Order: sequence, then C-alpha cells, then structure tokens
Amino acid sequence: MSRGAARAAAGLARAWPWLALAAVVALWAQAHARGAAGYGLVAGNSLARDLLEMATILPPMFILVALFDVWVPREFVERRVGRDTGVGAMPWMVLLAMMQAGPLYVAFPVAISLWRKGCAPRNVFVYLGAFSALKIPMLSFEVAFLGWRFSLARSALSLPVFVLLALLLERLLPHGYRPPGLDGPDGAA
Amino acid sequence: MLWLVAAGALTASLIADRGRTGTALLRALRLLWSIVPSLVGVLALVSLVLAAVTPAMLHRFLASAGLAPFLAALGIGSITLMPGFIAYPLAAALRQNGASNAVLAAFVTSLMMVGMLTLPIEARFFGWRLALLRNVLALGAAVVIAIGMTWVLA
Repeated sequence: MSRGAARAAAGLARAWPWLALAAVVALWAQAHARGAAGYGLVAGNSLARDLLEMATILPPMFILVALFDVWVPREFVERRVGRDTGVGAMPWMVLLAMMQAGPLYVAFPVAISLWRKGCAPRNVFVYLGAFSALKIPMLSFEVAFLGWRFSLARSALSLPVFVLLALLLERLLPHGYRPPGLDGPDGAA
Repeated sequence: MLWLVAAGALTASLIADRGRTGTALLRALRLLWSIVPSLVGVLALVSLVLAAVTPAMLHRFLASAGLAPFLAALGIGSITLMPGFIAYPLAAALRQNGASNAVLAAFVTSLMMVGMLTLPIEARFFGWRLALLRNVLALGAAVVIAIGMTWVLA
C-alpha cells in the first residue's frame, strides 16, 4: 500500500463516526424537508434519543469511575472480590450491577476499573452479566410490559447462566491477561 | 439520580483532597474524550440499522411459527441495542401479535447481553479477543435462556 493510501485509511478510521453522524443528519434533514415520515426521520429520532441517553448517563458515570479509581485502595477490592475469594463475593457484584441503569457500554469502564483494582475476572463477568440481565430499572419495565411471570422466569434462568458464563470466560482467558482498558497506572496512591 | 450521586461523591472528594479530585476529574474527562467519538459513530450506525427494521417487519418476522422468528429475534437483538423503555413496549406489542415467550426472551436477552455494533468499544476496554469471546458466549447464553423459557413457562 502506498503512503497516500495508508494515510487515507488512517483518516477514515478517525473520521468514520462523524461520517456516520453526518449521514444520519443528512437523511433526517432530507426527510424533514419533504415532510415525509420516512426512513431518515426514524433514524434521526432514534439517534437523538440515544445521544440524549448517552449524555445523561455517561458523564456522571465516568466521574464515579474516576473517583473510585483514585480513592478506593487496591487491597480493599482484592480482599473482597479478588482471586482468592469464594462464591460469597458474587452476590455483591450482582447487587452493585442491579442498582445501575443504562446500556451495557456504560458498564465497561466500571468493569475495567474493578479488574485493575484486583477484582477476579469471573467477578467482573458476573458484574457484566447482572448488569445486562438484572438491572432494577430494566426489570421494572419488564414487569410492567411483560408481567411478573415472564420477568421472574427470565431472571431466575439468567442468573445461573451468566454465572456459568463468567466461570467459563475466566477459564478461557490466558493466565494473567491484562485488558488494554483504562490508560495510566493504578489510581490509588 | 445518577447526577446527584456523582455530585455528592465529587463534593465529598473535594472536601477530602483537592489534588486527588483534580486527578480524578482529569481522568474522567480523558475517558470521555477517548470514548465519545466512536460511541457517537456506533449510535449513528445503530439508528441507521434500526430505522431499516420497521415495526411491521418485526411483527411479521417474530410472530410467525417455527425456528425463523427465534433466529430473527437473536439476529436483531445481537446487532442492535435499545434502551429498556423502547424495547419492552415493543416486546409487549410483539406478544400481542403472537410472539412466543421464547422469542421474546431471545430478543430481550440478546439485546441486553450481545452487542455486535458496540464491539469496537468493548474491544477498546477488553481487547478484541475477549470482547468477541464474551459476545459469542453471551449469544449462546441467550439461546439457552430462551429455550429454558419455553420449558419453564410451558
């Protein structure tokens, strides 16, 4: 590949989010101008909704993650949910996840900073599993729209499944795997 | 609510140690800065995909009989993501149209646990191998949970 092509590829890798954004905005504007409730309008509205959700959840969440990073000592996390802890650590991960809200991508930074503080990988994955399946705000919607029976059955089935998945993931990871995760050194002084 | 908790924690941290709080804020900003552009791009792609999948299409696919609606639910759920306040009313409408509990569970579970379009973001944190592995296993988990649902709610 020539230098120019390589530069173009690198530029595209940086610019694609804005290109995608511009495409949605253009489609939305075009649908709006024609006054038709078409594809562009639907896409634009759902993007606006998602961006609003992101803007309301991401900043406070990241502030909390950063504070956790700076204040909570590594020994604290290690002792409670680290490698040498038993199944007793898992309910805490589940409870922590249940109290949160938002799409799964807000859980990734939390999971990574727990991991860096010495949380066992299996407990990190239990957290992610509980976050995706048992968040209280989500359950309340589920009960309201699909009923108690459905919600209870799905939750009861999901819990053992994602615990197993967490154990399996930890088993499959190379020993001592360090995810790229957050940049910089450990926060606790 | 989340803003209140964050504001409270930030105030407490400021009182305790201004230097550390500064470090934390800087780190939060850097994290935001590093993730927001690709997140905006992913959300834009998600909106393009979701707009192509109309409710009428969903009703037709997911409410039919056999294996097809099950696979369609897994496919759509895995690729996209939706907030709960959109997904559950949709699921209730699908149920009215005759979608089974297994199909609904497959849809909801894969929507929450599997994110093919958010994979680049997940990989940023966990690395590609682990992110892929987690998504593939989570897809398997969605299948198991959905099959379990027919069995439990027979």
